[in-house]
Amino acid sequence: MPHHDHDSSLRHRLGRTIRTPIGVTALTACLLVALVAVLGPVLLGDRAAQVDTDAINQGSSAAHLLGTDQLGRDIAARVVVATRLTLRLTLMAAVIGVGGGLLLGVAPAVVGRRLGRLITATVGVLVAFPGLLFLLFLATIFGVGSTGAVFAVGLAMVPPMARLVQNLTASIAGSDYVAAARILGVGRFRMVVRHLLPNIAEPSVLFATQATGGILVAFSGLSFLGLGVQPPQYDWGRLLNEQLNRIFVNPAAALAPGAAVVLTGLMFGLVGEVLAQAGGRRAPQAPETTPQEELGTPPEPAVEHDGGALVRARDLRVTFPGGRQAVRGISLDIGAGEAVGLVGESGSGKSLSALALADLVPHPGRVSAAALGFDGHDLRADPRLGTELAMVFQDPMASLNPALRVGRQLAEVAEVHLGASRAEATARAVDRLDAVRIATPGRRARQRPHEYSGGMRQRAVIAMGLMGKPKLIIADEPTTALDVAVQREVLDLLAEVREESGAALLLISHDLAVVAQVCERVLVMYAGLVVENLPVTELLGGAAHPYTRALVGAVPTMTTDRGTELATIPGRPPEPGETGAGCPFAARCERVRERCHEDTPELTALGPGRQVACWYPVGTAAGRPVAATAHTAKATS
Amino acid sequence: MATITMNSLGARARNPWVGFVLRRLWRLLVSLAALVTAAFAMIHLIPGDPVRAALGTTADPAMVAARRESLGLDQSLLKQYADFVGNLLQGRLGESIGAQMPVSEIISGRLPATLQIAVPAFVLILLIAVPVGMTAAVLTKDGRRRRGELSFTGVTGFLGAVPEFLLAVGLIAAFAVAWPLFPVASRGGVDSYVLPVLALTVVPAASLSRIVRVETLRVLGEDYMRTARAKRLPARLRYLRHALPNLLTSSLTLGGLLFSSLLAGTVLVENVFAWPGLGTTIVQAITEKDYPLVQGVVLVYGAAALLITFVVDVAVAVADPQSTVRGS
Amino acid sequence: MSSLELRGITVRYGRFTAVDNVDLLVPEGTVTGLVGGSGSGKSTLGKAVVGLAPKQSGQVLIDGSEAPRLRGRSPVQLVFQNPYASLDPRMTVGASVAEALSGGSGSVNGNGSGSGTGSGARSGRRAPARERRPARDAEVARYLELVGMDPARAALTPDALSGGQRQRVALARALAARPAVLIADEITSALDVSVQGAVLNLLRRLQRELGFAMLFISHNLAVVRYLCDQVAVLDGGHLVECGPTDRVLDHPEHPTTRNLISCVPDLALAEEAS
Repeated sequence: MPHHDHDSSLRHRLGRTIRTPIGVTALTACLLVALVAVLGPVLLGDRAAQVDTDAINQGSSAAHLLGTDQLGRDIAARVVVATRLTLRLTLMAAVIGVGGGLLLGVAPAVVGRRLGRLITATVGVLVAFPGLLFLLFLATIFGVGSTGAVFAVGLAMVPPMARLVQNLTASIAGSDYVAAARILGVGRFRMVVRHLLPNIAEPSVLFATQATGGILVAFSGLSFLGLGVQPPQYDWGRLLNEQLNRIFVNPAAALAPGAAVVLTGLMFGLVGEVLAQAGGRRAPQAPETTPQEELGTPPEPAVEHDGGALVRARDLRVTFPGGRQAVRGISLDIGAGEAVGLVGESGSGKSLSALALADLVPHPGRVSAAALGFDGHDLRADPRLGTELAMVFQDPMASLNPALRVGRQLAEVAEVHLGASRAEATARAVDRLDAVRIATPGRRARQRPHEYSGGMRQRAVIAMGLMGKPKLIIADEPTTALDVAVQREVLDLLAEVREESGAALLLISHDLAVVAQVCERVLVMYAGLVVENLPVTELLGGAAHPYTRALVGAVPTMTTDRGTELATIPGRPPEPGETGAGCPFAARCERVRERCHEDTPELTALGPGRQVACWYPVGTAAGRPVAATAHTAKATS
Repeated sequence: MATITMNSLGARARNPWVGFVLRRLWRLLVSLAALVTAAFAMIHLIPGDPVRAALGTTADPAMVAARRESLGLDQSLLKQYADFVGNLLQGRLGESIGAQMPVSEIISGRLPATLQIAVPAFVLILLIAVPVGMTAAVLTKDGRRRRGELSFTGVTGFLGAVPEFLLAVGLIAAFAVAWPLFPVASRGGVDSYVLPVLALTVVPAASLSRIVRVETLRVLGEDYMRTARAKRLPARLRYLRHALPNLLTSSLTLGGLLFSSLLAGTVLVENVFAWPGLGTTIVQAITEKDYPLVQGVVLVYGAAALLITFVVDVAVAVADPQSTVRGS
Repeated sequence: MSSLELRGITVRYGRFTAVDNVDLLVPEGTVTGLVGGSGSGKSTLGKAVVGLAPKQSGQVLIDGSEAPRLRGRSPVQLVFQNPYASLDPRMTVGASVAEALSGGSGSVNGNGSGSGTGSGARSGRRAPARERRPARDAEVARYLELVGMDPARAALTPDALSGGQRQRVALARALAARPAVLIADEITSALDVSVQGAVLNLLRRLQRELGFAMLFISHNLAVVRYLCDQVAVLDGGHLVECGPTDRVLDHPEHPTTRNLISCVPDLALAEEAS
């Protein structure tokens, strides 16, 4: 789904994100902390340093909001004044950590292969140690004190940052566009500046911001342990260290610097969140108005029986938030044992239509229909299909659970739906694997999916559908991810299974040839509508809709004339929501007339078993609308 | 590409497990060697004379010389390293400067106290984070219950941002000072364990439950979960049998570092509660410049962290053989 | 006008041999189709020719001699399968094409070369080399027009383009490098049929006009038949059959070829069946 808006620059997205509540909070917090850091020591510096031997170790009072310390100094003022030092040390350490991490992270891409490998391995070893241990180790070497602590905290940040940058860089370096640049002879340095850095910038900045929050906490921890800032200097951690012993007497004094650390740490987290949102992956979308129509249409009182159709859908729609309709009211019937193909280009709504029949439309899509029946019962009232429906999906690598044995995944169908015992279910699973011609099914059932080849997995998925007695098999692009030879095997298997079980088949594919091989009837979808319904025998030469004809013409076959250019369809299909009045194909149609832009043609009968949604279908008396000529056409032919 | 690497690995070792375990063991050994070398190098990286720094500028020169000799600092670097490694293999870690006791003795005296709070915390983190994260994911999947999602991420995000030692201070203020339910500090009866363990548990549990939630959402979006829905399996089976094993492995991989940092988190928490464990020992040793003791504790912490990482790696591999075959 | 000759190309990953001692000649000005099942090594062979896969042994000869890489640039250019991955998402289309222009690596500022660098494009942050820029922009525009794209789109980033348009840009980038030979690696398999036709027509027209030799890697025999003068069949890293398209497809000699042909689903099958 490419975004077609042109306002997706980072600056624009940042501006938009800052105006959200979280953005406003982050910005306010940043300004506030900066203000306190700048003005705190100027305004309260004297008060914080003032020793008052008359008021030692006092509790909270009007004069001293958080009480006083061992020398009678005002703790509240000291917490405020400590902001500057704390932030300064934190930022210094962050510069060391982020800078070092970036250098070590990008280095493997710039230096030679051997040195690069050494750097990667070193970072890998360092990352295995917890940050705090590294920190204590460095603190021992640099000695107790703030300078040592800055280096210790900063350097401890280097390995995780370097690891992150290395991972990001490695994934970018493995991308096709970097390969393309390499073939073009783009130099190493230029590759880093132009291809690597711009593409790792956003996640790196995000991580660096969050790491800065971590550095603040680590530094406070070090000072708290007495290994960081030493008196007479003080940061929040040091103040906490001094006040912890008196937590019995004056808990507020110990909690205040702690709260300052937590809140400032949260601020860094918030800034990171804002940057992440602006970075696009979680960009705030324009508020979507969800229409509240939903399944509002009351079910038709009685499902009229229609020549014993197994599946009967009327005015089926799939709607997404914002009112975008991906399927815009299609009607279809599938007879018992019939093989129907559903073809169309990507985005035509073919897969969603099939998923709607199986009640598997992904959130937030919503299904509505005037009638939706399966084998005589109303799916709108009870969407449960039990084992009468089998599904086969496009990607056999992904559609089996990698953590479970294949036999188990098959057997559970029988256990859950057929009440079989575990042993019976397992036996049936092995039997079914055998039925889809998987050799040594007993051994294979005990294996996990990664030990199967692609074609074998797709067979296992088909076998899963055969655990019950399916009346309908829905196969959504079942061979797109497979090799031609394997595709042939899977298609043959589907045909064989259909013959044996008598199940109907709904085969969704973008490949007309695949559909032609297996199906008896073809439904052609365009822009969320069925535009033609025809027997597969008519597909090659007898299609009535200009779109179907164009689609057929665009596919090169083993008999295509090599002397001529391939037929193409100019323009692109409308996106959901772009469709207005008139035929959705009008903008790309060769036979377009005035009427096509004004009225949307309905799917109307065109001879026995054929329907078309076109005002001027191919093969009828040209120039006259179908509805007016339907009778005469029949009479004359 | 993936298939090619798989094939090449398969060709190298009939059983991918052998190759995998060898690789991991090799990595563990290299890391351990790095740790030992770093611990040895530490004392030499300290600017100036470590003995002088430890004993103070006014110390008797004869005593300094004697101490140098007992630490072996008067010998060649290579000899020192060989001795260090040799002693280490026999379980000797040198003599503490401050306590005048063998370091190994101090460590074996203190280690149990640390483990007594670290192990329960580890178990608690798992027992809390996995169910909480999964439940949150199931309740808020597909953008449902926006407000619930916000409060979950808000609360866990806040808890995750609170450093352990500050949480420990807060817990003391609340449950030992304001409502004196538990003792403030030091090790005693069972009730003295509650606050330290809690202080160690809450933060990693919050972070891990966030990870578990995100991983659950990812797993719920996978194709095989759609297959499970297509099979009309009841929700209980879908979540427990199909989602749980997959999200556990990926959560453990991501949460592995969390566990090794838990060990380090004990350092701060022990110091807040004046807990007589390794954490208080190392901080004291650093402040007192008792370098042999620091060396010893760093070795113990480091080795423990490496072992945890190793165990998590192997556990993940057992649960998800696919990742093993993929290599790395 | 150059020919491409491969001599004894072998590619190994560990102990797995992906491509085994392949000899192949693509005569100048002609198209050779490289077909085979998945895992047959056809993509690896293409990558090895441009240096993206480690060549264990063998030679890549352009016009009979070992071709030197000119300032690191391969004389053979490759168009990738997935147009969604082969263009840098952070670079404008114009900048991507400009990077391929000869001397492109020497110019200072490559970012955002489009004429209408308005809203979205990040461009002109540094002062451009003023004299060179208009000339380069004109070249970029020429190559975009060559592949049938509106030159005004040079200022867009790839996310504003459809798959077919991206593949055109990738083609323009490869051609802008003035390659002696072009390799097209499954360039239409990620596209819809209607778009596939347009890209294939374009590729055929450009190949005939510019007369470059091309290695066309595809799993689709119908497409290969339409586009290629010669067909080479790979199986398990071995070259099992090679010859003129008509001869190989009409009278296949090797069982692998026969099997591949028999597996092609055909629209016409439906009519035969009925």
